[in-house]
Amino acid sequence: MTIPATNTDIQTLLLAMADEINQVLDGKKPLLIGIHTGGVWVAKQLAEILGADFFDAPLGTLNIAYYRDDFTRIGMHPQVTPSDLPFAVDDRHLLLVDDVLYSGRTIRAALNEIFDYGRPASVTLAVLIERNGRELPVQADIIGQSLTMTENEHIKLNNNNGLTLTLSTAKAGENDVA
Amino acid sequence: MSHNQLTDSGRLHHFLSIEGLKRPLLTEIMDRAEQFSSISHQQVKKVPLLRGKTIVNLFFENSTRTRTTFELAAKRLSADVISLNINTSSASKGESLRDTLHNLEAMHSDMFVVRHNQSGAAEFIAQHVAPHVSVINAGDGCHAHPTQAMLDMFTIRRHKQHFPDLRVAIIGDILHSRVARSQIQALATLGVGEIRVIAPKTLLPTDCKTLGVHVYHDMDAGLKDVDVVITLRLQNERMQGALLPSAKEYFQCYGLTERKLSLAKPDAIVMHPGPINRGVEIASAVADGPQSVILEQVTHGIAVRMAIMSMTLGSQAELHEVTA
Repeated sequence: MTIPATNTDIQTLLLAMADEINQVLDGKKPLLIGIHTGGVWVAKQLAEILGADFFDAPLGTLNIAYYRDDFTRIGMHPQVTPSDLPFAVDDRHLLLVDDVLYSGRTIRAALNEIFDYGRPASVTLAVLIERNGRELPVQADIIGQSLTMTENEHIKLNNNNGLTLTLSTAKAGENDVA
Repeated sequence: MSHNQLTDSGRLHHFLSIEGLKRPLLTEIMDRAEQFSSISHQQVKKVPLLRGKTIVNLFFENSTRTRTTFELAAKRLSADVISLNINTSSASKGESLRDTLHNLEAMHSDMFVVRHNQSGAAEFIAQHVAPHVSVINAGDGCHAHPTQAMLDMFTIRRHKQHFPDLRVAIIGDILHSRVARSQIQALATLGVGEIRVIAPKTLLPTDCKTLGVHVYHDMDAGLKDVDVVITLRLQNERMQGALLPSAKEYFQCYGLTERKLSLAKPDAIVMHPGPINRGVEIASAVADGPQSVILEQVTHGIAVRMAIMSMTLGSQAELHEVTA
């Protein structure tokens, strides 16, 4: 299966996403929130493309480690960079960004956390990659590319002098929830 | 003592004493506390990490700061928490402890936070609870107060960069102080350059030399060029017999005044585990002065206890793997 692997591929997707974001949120003074770690990378790129004035405040970052639903099963996560939302979310239009939408659990946790900060007017979800395998009724509004993958296939965003995507095959049961 | 507080893979299951814990674990506690401290600045000061867990504070001895910060820490992690103040005088220790425990276990508790006036009480409880229950020592007799020691280390790290470069002086009633004992173990484990204790002979334990500390009886000499000054409360209730002539005379010799503090480094910080006896071990001007971080210690107590609670309860996941 072919995936948008190179940085050039990803830039093309990001440009199209930015265009769509512009149509949906222009004039609404949206606030930008990236989910650690990959979502923050994607959010930064989108902010760069859309320009400094598009969003009303610096990028907010969300670490959903304390909101995950697997604490009883796997315990504490090794490293947690604290969430940082440098703005009030009340009555604001939010653009929530993640790298890969898979089970939907991360987005569930992120929404829970956002609502602990306040009551936004709306949340728009943008993801670079949307793949099959949803376990919750969650869908993205803005999608870079949709992929159909087997249960054992995993896609991962890397950031080494530019964003790239890699596809790997893992044994069943080793799935990380994305 | 207390080597049974770790799981087979070295994760924290109980937290009973600093003794036997390695530097990376103490550092992990402080790192996690750093991550948790941001939650106190949020609008909703709460995360759902320990939702559905039941934590019981078992206080067989009075406490304000420790109990309330443990309670707040548990609540900020969304655990259900109840605090029990239990009068020890009614029954003999062994019987009452075991009975109380069985009752509380029957309520499906996940964690006991224990304060007791007998040394070893928390460890005793840890030995007798069900395997999935974690026990945290919130102070046992003259033995240990490890969460206080960790919040003190966290406070020091917030102000001073590198533990090996530091000279730390602990002043006062070392003999009766579980805080001092845990602090000395933590400071030594973190590789602090020089640990000094400053106290009259009657308030020093006989095994002082084996703790690896430098002993001073004269405060002026002991405070010279230190980076951190830790004052301890004069433990009136723990004193048996006349170890001291009077509180006034104690203040003359071992009370921390502005003059004596000026002998330490100009950027030295002043700490105290509380409650403060103003005019006994510390002058009001120092306790409320610019170098005092005493109230900061209280604030940090919440994040540090959140870290320890989530780490101990998080290690239960390992238990699931084994039994699954």
